[in-house]
Amino acid sequence: MSERGGGVGPAETLRLRLVVNHRPVELLVPPHRTLLELLREELGLTGTKHGCELGECGACTVLVEGRPELACLRLAASCDGAEVTTVEGLARGPRLDPLQETFADTGAAQCGYCTPGMLLVAHELLERTPRPSREEIRLAISGNLCRCTGYLRIIEAIERAAERRAGADV
Amino acid sequence: MLRLPRFRYLVPVDLDEAAALKAQYGPRAAYLAGGTDLVPKMKNGQHEPEVLIALGRLRELGGIRGGKDGELRIGASTTLATLAADPLVRERFPAVARAAEGVATPVVRNMATLGGNLCLETRCSFFDQSREWREAIRFCLKKDGDTCRVAQSSERCWAIQSSDTSPLVIALGARIELHGPAGSRSVDAASFYNDDGIQYLRKQPDELVTGISLPSIEGGQAGYVKVSRRSSVDFPVLSVAAWVRRETPQAPVLEARVVLGAVGSAPVIVEEAARILKGRPLSRESIEGAAEAAGRRARPLDNADVNGLWRKRVVRPYVARALEQLEPS
Amino acid sequence: MSEHRVIGGSSRRVDVADKVTGRALYADDLVLPRMLHCKLLRSRVPHAELLRVDVSAALEIPGVLAAITGADLPIPYGILPVSQDEHALCRDRVRFVGDPIAAVAAEDEETATAALARIAVELRPLDPVGSIEDALARPEPRLHQYAQHGNIHRMVSQEFGDLEQGLAEADYVREDSFFYGGSTHLALEQHAALADWSPDGRLTLWSSTQTPHYVHRVLARVLELPAARVRVIVPALGGGFGGKTDPFNHEVVVAKLAMRTGRPVKICLTREEVFHCHRGRHPTRIWMRTGVKRDGAITAMHVKTVLDGGAYGSYGAASTLYTGALQTVTYRVPHYRFDGARVFTNKPPCGPKRGHGTPQGRFALEVQLDKIAEALGLDPADLRLRHLVSPDSLTANYLRIGSTGLRQCLETVVERSGWREKHGQLPFGRGVGVACSSYLSGAGVAIYWNDMPHSGVMLKLDRGGGVAVYCGSTDVGQGSDSVLAFVVAEVLGVPPGDVRVVTADTDLTPVDLGSYSSRVTLMTGNAALQAAERARELLASAVAGKLEARPEELVFAEGRVFPASDPDTGVSFAEAVVAAESRFGTLATVGHYAPPAPAGKFKGSGVGPSPAYSYTAAVAEVTVDPETGMVRADKVWIAHDVGRAIHRPSVVGQIEGSVYMGLGEALFEETSHRAAHNLVPVAPSMLGYKSPTALDMCEVESFVIEDPDPQGPFGAKEVGQGPLLPIPPAIVNAIYDAVGVRIDEVPATPDKVLWALLAREQGREPRVGPGALAELPWPETVRVRPPWETAGASAPVRKEQD
Repeated sequence: MSERGGGVGPAETLRLRLVVNHRPVELLVPPHRTLLELLREELGLTGTKHGCELGECGACTVLVEGRPELACLRLAASCDGAEVTTVEGLARGPRLDPLQETFADTGAAQCGYCTPGMLLVAHELLERTPRPSREEIRLAISGNLCRCTGYLRIIEAIERAAERRAGADV
Repeated sequence: MLRLPRFRYLVPVDLDEAAALKAQYGPRAAYLAGGTDLVPKMKNGQHEPEVLIALGRLRELGGIRGGKDGELRIGASTTLATLAADPLVRERFPAVARAAEGVATPVVRNMATLGGNLCLETRCSFFDQSREWREAIRFCLKKDGDTCRVAQSSERCWAIQSSDTSPLVIALGARIELHGPAGSRSVDAASFYNDDGIQYLRKQPDELVTGISLPSIEGGQAGYVKVSRRSSVDFPVLSVAAWVRRETPQAPVLEARVVLGAVGSAPVIVEEAARILKGRPLSRESIEGAAEAAGRRARPLDNADVNGLWRKRVVRPYVARALEQLEPS
Repeated sequence: MSEHRVIGGSSRRVDVADKVTGRALYADDLVLPRMLHCKLLRSRVPHAELLRVDVSAALEIPGVLAAITGADLPIPYGILPVSQDEHALCRDRVRFVGDPIAAVAAEDEETATAALARIAVELRPLDPVGSIEDALARPEPRLHQYAQHGNIHRMVSQEFGDLEQGLAEADYVREDSFFYGGSTHLALEQHAALADWSPDGRLTLWSSTQTPHYVHRVLARVLELPAARVRVIVPALGGGFGGKTDPFNHEVVVAKLAMRTGRPVKICLTREEVFHCHRGRHPTRIWMRTGVKRDGAITAMHVKTVLDGGAYGSYGAASTLYTGALQTVTYRVPHYRFDGARVFTNKPPCGPKRGHGTPQGRFALEVQLDKIAEALGLDPADLRLRHLVSPDSLTANYLRIGSTGLRQCLETVVERSGWREKHGQLPFGRGVGVACSSYLSGAGVAIYWNDMPHSGVMLKLDRGGGVAVYCGSTDVGQGSDSVLAFVVAEVLGVPPGDVRVVTADTDLTPVDLGSYSSRVTLMTGNAALQAAERARELLASAVAGKLEARPEELVFAEGRVFPASDPDTGVSFAEAVVAAESRFGTLATVGHYAPPAPAGKFKGSGVGPSPAYSYTAAVAEVTVDPETGMVRADKVWIAHDVGRAIHRPSVVGQIEGSVYMGLGEALFEETSHRAAHNLVPVAPSMLGYKSPTALDMCEVESFVIEDPDPQGPFGAKEVGQGPLLPIPPAIVNAIYDAVGVRIDEVPATPDKVLWALLAREQGREPRVGPGALAELPWPETVRVRPPWETAGASAPVRKEQD
């Protein structure tokens, strides 16, 4: 006989414990909140954007357990115990991530609205594939829509960041 | 910001509890896996479950296990990203990896599950819209209305089977494993789907898919082609899964399956194409014949990203290309 | 090239650090204490008399603090003086599915949404008008009483020179019809606005708008507030492309609700609501009859366009003129006639989208030229090269051309693409196409008639050496804030990091008309140049004596001021400021810019003139799958004459972004509506609307050509819109080169290409495109003698080949 699982009613709240940008947080949220709403509205982390809220544009991409996921589709309730990284968590103190440096240098950020999602997808790509090909980069960002850049400077910024990271490792 | 409606959120610890909860709440409850299909629909008011039964804690749904005879059992909660990258899958059933790789976007694939993709709801350009939009067209047969908007005099719903993995697992002769209050069972993938836009799965409402098992068949090889408007994000407007069995790549085809996706409410198994392929080695001639037969069989309507006439016309070349993947190089 | 220290360089943009760290605050990121949330109730029918709207049941819901209807906002508005045809909430008519009818303000969005369901609406449906053909055939029911003729919003007819004479001189005349499909901007950031009403009667609106000045004017008028008590601020903006240049219903509504409740009110539109706002590319029918000599010289051109305007005027009266205005600025056209019309239909209103009307005319011209080249046996690139307009000339329709680097642009892409080895010579299924274009660097005439500058800049100098630049311009992501900083940094010799840019705040910044018509670099750049030069004069005169040099001999560079003859002496910039403030008192300067008056004076001459025109040439290479009609863009070579690149990465960014958007319009994107289903939009979502992904975008080789124009700051011209224009025609010309079928419309979707291929197989004309246009009741043609026939034309005119 196994222990029965838990649940929470529509008017109730769940206690969630998660680690957001390397810091533990504890929150009470009703089950119908998405991770997007939790980040932006409960934690004031407005760096994560939204372009559609239906999982179609990639603007709300965050890292959950190191994997890019769409915060607008992920229920906050399912994140108990999870480690979440948003764009605000990329820099370590005053030191920007190499991707943030190269995005700033190459013009990969124009209006900047797709940028947080792009950075996190790119970050995970470089963790997984330190020297990605151009084709691998295109594929990795293929779910993140950008209307300003035409993607080419974003691809270049990711290539340059890969080089920087490789250089730093030596 | 689009908000979800309120619901009760339940987290069963094992399969039996999950099935019991679903049986208890009936149609007021929905299973929640990756959420990539259900959550947007809840925001759009296409589904209004009062209860969500989260499957995230069910270990029984996970895992990829290879058998010693080459067969593969894949748990339903395996994400499409994990599936596509798995070395066993890539080695034994590369077409499955390819089909999984083409679904939606890389980020969605980190969340979407195989079980969810196999059970993907049928889609229609008149149904996959916001509540306000559907109100403006006075709803439709699939939800809240009494008329099919793509085929006005139809008595049945024509929403389209849109999963990338379904046609392929049918072509591979997979079995789909189910679990319900009455216990576990498995069905042939081909009989899991029903040609109706509303009742598109042949299973009990409270059963959930727990996994698939792909049989290892000596000399079997599959090909897959997905056709979509854009190279990412989009659902297929046509997909082709083709499978043949032969003793050597040059030998006569002993068994074949050609399955079309996204041209009907269920995957369309083109028996005539299989007949044309059988009994002789794969050749330009047999491929053309099978492709033409598939083209005749497909009857897509105008409820996808591209009109039905075009989709019907391109069945032939795309079936040929899927079969060409199986030609001895 | 590098006689400048900052101009032409690649420094980081001034706002990019905030963008890559998530610190940049966009409108929906803003939160005020006690903030309420607004939701709009929108029409579910395309055309109806609005009989009754009853919000009383909504007001009973706990948490709902206010609910308003059209009765609360009787004053109409619209971006153009000639079409003040919108109300923030419908009053007696609804005119498209999505037209806002009522609004509520509640403690949270869910409560506001629930409240909408309790609003009772009574309508009497009217027959909807669904298309151009519909609008022409059915003058009733009229969408707007002020329309020129039935449901024809407006018609213009202009002839410059003598069309018949020009056609008579031609060796070859051809007529072609085209259709340019509608599309939308799809900026990633959804429209959002936050209004705050203070107890002392001041309204503040933060809004995702490209045109805060125009929004300021509308708010004051519609809300009946003194303009001096209304403030519009634009936070960081997540893309515009022309989709955020109209004053919007939701902006007026949140302001009204803030005034009603005494609490801040915010709205953020859902993506579907953004599709309702629209203001996108007008679907346009184009017909052209062009006469040419055997060598391709154009002797006469007649262009007719009909635009599907949607339910309201927006910028449409100008859009109509733009479909014809720039047909004369690339190739010499001695006799030119333009007939343009816009109709009203019960669909979301169309307005300005990148290129604003010119892509439609340009598409027709560049594809027709391709056909003409083929008929005459000429290479399409050579034909163009022979007949380019001359610099410093006036066109038949009085557009003043300054610098034109078009020859260099076209020669560059021809050479770098391998055009001569590829055109007509690639294997079946692969092809190349060429096209040229030109675009305004700012409209020469403001949207409302006035004698004031189009752009103003204030400069403040701090004793610590910091410089603050104030300007009303809006950075939509194109980098205009950085342009201001770089211009000022260049003139004053300070690091751009020492320049603080304050923009887009109608209380603090001098008026700039807004980010549209590619006006910002040229106009704010010139204003900033003037303000900075005045500041430099003050500083120079203050320190000249001490440095024993004449003010003109002083160099401002590297944060110092020193005589050119003795660089080791001198003072720091901060010391120069102290010296100047000691001598003159508190230091501030202003600069402004107004474009030169248009050369032409005739009805409609306000649209088309610009201080300077950019030029672009592109070659596109495609692969067509003849079995399916699928087209893949393989590569684009594009050369753009920007006059002078103020900031190279921004220029390249605009070129590539424009190519991307042009590619989207050429092959993927279309806004269309279901005639059989209440004219609902076919695909009002990011999934349904086919904006190209990173896997759909081709490689681009860009060439930044600089033919400096004396009108531009440091010679700079525009780059934000021009590079889009040649892409759709280059793509369809490439499709013809690849598989021999003419797709005379965009988007050139796979089904159209396949039908054309099948038509050829079956012995029919291998073409997909529209047929003849229905006849319109065109008004009497305004006949204008071209400049070379009138004495005293205001610029030298050269008709002959250089």
